[in-house]
Amino acid sequence: MSLLTEQIKGCIGLALPPVRFEVSRNDIRKYAVATGQRQARFLAGDEAPLMFLFSVLMPVLPLDQLREDGHCPDNPLLPELPLKRILAGGSRYQVHGRIYPGDVLVCRQSLVDIHEKQGSDGPLIFLVFENRFENEAGEPLVIEHLTRIAR
Amino acid sequence: MNMAIPEVGQALPERQYTPGTVQLFLYNAAIWNAHRIHYDLLYAQDGEGHPGLLVDGPLQGDWLTQLLYDWMGADDLLLAFEYSNRRAAYLGDVLTACAEVEAVEHRDITFTLRIVNQHGQATTVGRATVRRA
Repeated sequence: MSLLTEQIKGCIGLALPPVRFEVSRNDIRKYAVATGQRQARFLAGDEAPLMFLFSVLMPVLPLDQLREDGHCPDNPLLPELPLKRILAGGSRYQVHGRIYPGDVLVCRQSLVDIHEKQGSDGPLIFLVFENRFENEAGEPLVIEHLTRIAR
Repeated sequence: MNMAIPEVGQALPERQYTPGTVQLFLYNAAIWNAHRIHYDLLYAQDGEGHPGLLVDGPLQGDWLTQLLYDWMGADDLLLAFEYSNRRAAYLGDVLTACAEVEAVEHRDITFTLRIVNQHGQATTVGRATVRRA
């Protein structure tokens, strides 16, 4: 019997309001130093490495809204599931262009798939989120598919 | 500038990472992540049952891209990248990032990527495709 109710499957296609942000040279430089980057163009902030995008989606919330473990409240696209432990399942990026300081990007985040599999220790629910980073003209620069696993 | 196309099976130069508390602090500040398992040892041990401070999964993903960026020429393009974290990595681990050519199609080169700890266990695996200019 499937764990995925019609209510859960009905969450497929839900999206958050688009997030607009400007890429900052100083943020790129900090990120490059913190990751141990060696390439001069990233260390100078002349271009952002791909994984810099991970940092721009972290919500900036008041301290009293953070959880006891320091985390932000979970993604509002995450439906109520019968399996409660949520694990990172990895990310897949399609890259269509480079990211430069001063670029104004729009990220559109949506829940694009929910499916279940039988794992060795029981059922697993896979949730696939799409983060679509576009430039101001609406052209995709990077499309990320991020998988989270409930067990 | 046209750069050489590698052969299937060819490995890129490995890179070793031994992150310390300062790097974990700076990384989590840069990505605005306050999860205490990365900087609060007592919480990581008593609150979540870890033996030490955890090395972020996405940081290891970044390290895999660094192998590629260090090898790529200025006009080469990173077309695709994926990674997943397979086991926890802790402060004090010696983490080695490795890449090997899996396939070559015209000027598109696909790599298999992994990070292994000092016990030879993969903590993160991945794949990427680069287009040579």
